[in-house]
Amino acid sequence: MKFSRLIFANLFRKKARLILTVGSFAIALLLFTFLAVVKSAFSRGTEIAGADRLIVHSRIGLMQLMPISHGDKILAIPGVKAVTHNHWFGGVYQDEKNFFPQFVIDPENQRKVMTELVVPEDQWNNFLKDRMGAIAGARTAARFHWKVGDRIPIKTTLYGGGSSEFNLDGIYHSDRPGGDESQFWLQWKYFDENVPAVVKSTAGWYVVKLNSPDDAVRVANAIDDKFANSSFETKTETESAFAAGFAKQFGNIELIIITIGSVVFFTLLLVTGNTMAISVRERTSELAVLKAIGFSGRAVLFFVLVEAIIISLVGGLLGLALAYVAIPVIGIALTGLLPPLLLSKSLLMFGLFFALFVGAVSGLLPGISAMRLRVVNALRRV
Amino acid sequence: MIRVDGRGDSSSLIRVRGLNKTYSRGGEKIQVLQGLNLDVDKGDFVAFMGPSGSGKTTLLNLLGGLDVPSAGSITVDGDEVTHMSASKLTQWRARHVGFIFQMYNLIPVLTAFQNVELPLLLTKLSKAERRKHVETALGVVGLTDRMHHYPRQLSGGQEQRVTIARAIVSDPTFLLCDEPTGDLDRKSADEIMAIIDELVGKYNKTILMVTHDPVIAARAHTTLHLEKGVLIEGGKQSQPVMAGGAA
Repeated sequence: MKFSRLIFANLFRKKARLILTVGSFAIALLLFTFLAVVKSAFSRGTEIAGADRLIVHSRIGLMQLMPISHGDKILAIPGVKAVTHNHWFGGVYQDEKNFFPQFVIDPENQRKVMTELVVPEDQWNNFLKDRMGAIAGARTAARFHWKVGDRIPIKTTLYGGGSSEFNLDGIYHSDRPGGDESQFWLQWKYFDENVPAVVKSTAGWYVVKLNSPDDAVRVANAIDDKFANSSFETKTETESAFAAGFAKQFGNIELIIITIGSVVFFTLLLVTGNTMAISVRERTSELAVLKAIGFSGRAVLFFVLVEAIIISLVGGLLGLALAYVAIPVIGIALTGLLPPLLLSKSLLMFGLFFALFVGAVSGLLPGISAMRLRVVNALRRV
Repeated sequence: MIRVDGRGDSSSLIRVRGLNKTYSRGGEKIQVLQGLNLDVDKGDFVAFMGPSGSGKTTLLNLLGGLDVPSAGSITVDGDEVTHMSASKLTQWRARHVGFIFQMYNLIPVLTAFQNVELPLLLTKLSKAERRKHVETALGVVGLTDRMHHYPRQLSGGQEQRVTIARAIVSDPTFLLCDEPTGDLDRKSADEIMAIIDELVGKYNKTILMVTHDPVIAARAHTTLHLEKGVLIEGGKQSQPVMAGGAA
């Protein structure tokens, strides 16, 4: 392109300013990408939730237990394919900061319901035979460098407290991208034998697999109706609604992130827009000369816009590269505090388009002012 | 033939009739040009003189299509400039007018070569053709050996020579010079005027120049004085002159 030399020469006119602008753009985009990743991490439960699964928990609250007999009654409802039950174990591995979710599972039905969480057959068979057995998600196993055969000491303050060592019989993977690989599963039978009487024969919540997602509303109503006016009333919701509700316990993450993201967006607009405005003002006489010798107003607008877009594109790419390197590191540092932080390709593409959009918008006002510049007035200012 | 009486025929390269320019300043109307007439033939070299605020630069801006008159008409090589749209006027300037400014107005981040090449970027010439044109123009002003220098690496006189090369590179119909030597010492001014003389004498260029300097003005075929918004013949020759420098 024959104008590229003119555009690039102008771009590099003030190198220090260019570096600072590109740098501030890069840092802002890194922050923006990080926020988007955090938001995506909190909403991932909703995104990957099975459309054909329901969660049944006590109407009173998540920590309220339900009788184990509810499972068979739920299974009898038409449209229900399988039912499994879970308990929150609430244990600590070595130190409280080493948080990961530990679930007491129902081995008979776990794999019928949670079909996307895959355990190698031989490992699963070992687990079934081992009352003190455990299965860890691949992410948690990698985090603590566990391997099959390791003994994992877990201390719990719930259910009378105490400490136990579990045998790591297997490691599960999720076959869904971004699926949860942080859980730690324990045998319900072992759990049930060792908890106080008040906790025996109970379930923390049930996970229901449906024959068809179309049955979700009907089956959910049927379950809640079945236990209505009993001592253990239920609240049944789709897995995605349950995940969304769970994420909201942290506060309105989406609103917080959108608010901060908006501030970042407008800061970027101001930084780039200000740079372009100063740059255009400094070059008033040169732009006037360009127009005098035959460059149209649109050509001048084009030059300013291209400069702004190049600044934002370079800053954006730099910010995304930083995010690509930094987010996995930050993710490891925040393990246990936040869900896994994953920088997806779609998020990178969004970041790139965001950078281009900010560049175009920030260059628009200075560009239009350059386009409308009256040559006679501009030359008189020299 | 340069005439200011409005009696020139339609063969004139530049024909100005009844040109008026009025500015509004603080609610007050200031008439800068009042019914100005001018005929300039191809190859003429005319200098405009007059006190500050007499309208010299305004006249040059109007002739170059940088400003629009309040009334009257300007016809250049058969094209009525006065009623052109802004975009057509821009295209017309690119084809027909070469500007030489007092402050040079070069792009500081481009080399002499790149500055001279700018008007050619608007044409369909190939890169090789552009290079040839630029080298020719820089050859005319004697700066071939400095073509890769940036303006900051050139003296004032050399910068003005680059401006002249930029003005002539697209072979415009006429050149407008606004105080081309106003920022130069006498020696550099003489060098610039020698180039301008050559453009008129050797290349038959039509040049309209504004200057405060009577010595510089004396090198033009005709000096016209602007007083109270009208042109008065004066200077070296007070009578209409033949084009090409012959009195």
